[in-house]
Amino acid sequence: MTALLEVEDLKVAYGKIEAVKGISFTVDAGEIVTLIGTNGAGKTTTLRTLSGLLKPAAGRITFDGKPLGTVPAHKIVALGLAHSPEGRHIFPRLTITENLQLGAFLRTDKAGIEKDIQRAYDLFPILGERQKQPAGTLSGGEQQMLAMGRALMSQPKLLMLDEPSMGLSPIMMQKIMKTIAELKSEGMTILLVEQNAQAALSLADHGHVMEIGKIVLSGSGQDLLHDESVRKAYLGED
Amino acid sequence: MNDLPQQLANGLLLGALYGLIAIGYTMVYGIVQLINFAHGEIFMIGGFGALTAYLWLPAGTSLLFALPLMILMAMACSVLVAMGAERFAYRPLRGAPRLAPLITAIGLSIALQQAIWAFYPDATKSRPFPEFEGGRIDLGAFAIGRGDLFLVIAAPLCMIALGFFVSKTRTGRAMQATSQDPDTAKLMGINTDRIIVTAFAIGAAFAAIAAIAHGVKYGEVNFKMGFIAGLKAFTAAVLGGIGNIYGAMIGGLVLGLAEALATAYIENIPGMSQLGGGAWKDVWAFVLLILVLLLRPQGLLGQRVADRA
Repeated sequence: MTALLEVEDLKVAYGKIEAVKGISFTVDAGEIVTLIGTNGAGKTTTLRTLSGLLKPAAGRITFDGKPLGTVPAHKIVALGLAHSPEGRHIFPRLTITENLQLGAFLRTDKAGIEKDIQRAYDLFPILGERQKQPAGTLSGGEQQMLAMGRALMSQPKLLMLDEPSMGLSPIMMQKIMKTIAELKSEGMTILLVEQNAQAALSLADHGHVMEIGKIVLSGSGQDLLHDESVRKAYLGED
Repeated sequence: MNDLPQQLANGLLLGALYGLIAIGYTMVYGIVQLINFAHGEIFMIGGFGALTAYLWLPAGTSLLFALPLMILMAMACSVLVAMGAERFAYRPLRGAPRLAPLITAIGLSIALQQAIWAFYPDATKSRPFPEFEGGRIDLGAFAIGRGDLFLVIAAPLCMIALGFFVSKTRTGRAMQATSQDPDTAKLMGINTDRIIVTAFAIGAAFAAIAAIAHGVKYGEVNFKMGFIAGLKAFTAAVLGGIGNIYGAMIGGLVLGLAEALATAYIENIPGMSQLGGGAWKDVWAFVLLILVLLLRPQGLLGQRVADRA
């Protein structure tokens, strides 16, 4: 079986500074893969390159059998790759419904879009109660739900979530993690970037630990969760 | 003060003209945070486009018949120049420090002015623009010029159409998304390059309408007309809250009213008789701008910058 996403020796640079220094990993259909690591490890840069916001300096990205490296960002979502960016980036002055509709920007099946908006409201009832409210008035956790719901509106084959738990209360974080597990059980493939290594590894089939632009350790989520060096560096144990 | 209705009418007409041009500044700024200082010239070129179309027609053609062709030609000229400017002058500088596109815009403004001066026949002096025949239209409390009718009809139509476009159409929604968060708009599948070109084109089309309104109102076009009109429209856009299309129109109307009222009445204030009349109207317009910038820097309808982050 070939992987849904295949990243080979990817390098990304900001000017002369290389932020991602040659990483390789794959994501198979139906699994959760997580990239963990500290700030500046290159996780967000990797996701932004996959979704076309940044151009790779070298390496190959293959998604669903097609090479991605030079495809512009606005065409990548059409191939089935959705990206919920770090910091949520909802459209603050548009309503919740309008944000969700924008997630389905390239779809033309009106009835299907309506159905999926309803599904987002079922998944996150709080959004359903505030449909007409500008998204900028939502709390951080609610905005995260909206960002995830919006990414799902494109009916992606692969959902990339960048730091979905950032800045959230522990209760809200649990809710988000539970939703990610639910999406997986429905068959969604997810590439999850997290600083909260404990939560991410508990959910993931595979994990990769990134340090200053490189993958330094890979394994199954459970293996990494019990790996001594990971526990020391990322789970706060001495 | 018994000519107050007349002064209000004058102010609103002038303001509607400023507002139409201001749309171009505010839409482009709202999406790429660029003050397109060449927009005044895009307005001016629309005026020359309309004049050219009129001169193509047999001499003595009624202006009313000529108007559709003049509108089309004015829009074509303005839109083409604006799209060309975006593609070849501004797009290569996207991501450059903000000063670079600003200097480019000023350079482009001078280049376009000089191009018309040098290459348009007899454009070194003002060229007469066709006017509607007949005198002013008396509406009781006040009268308006026959040429002003064009503005009275066109300005509200343009604003209603734009409001509908931005809030109800797919492209309009994409435009709002792009102005609020361009990178995330791309993640939605929005071709933001196309949205930016569209913003330039709409602004230019509105400027072209304004140029015809200006031409039939004052009876002439000249290569410098974009400078002061553009500066006033930019003031209107800032006054209303730059980035906000309704703000541009309201800013235009407020500015027009302020100019008209200052011209008419300031000289009646004891001790200020030296400062009234038409010669001082630009001064009062910019005094108003300074006051707004001091008291409400985000403009009348603008958001504070903190809300936009």
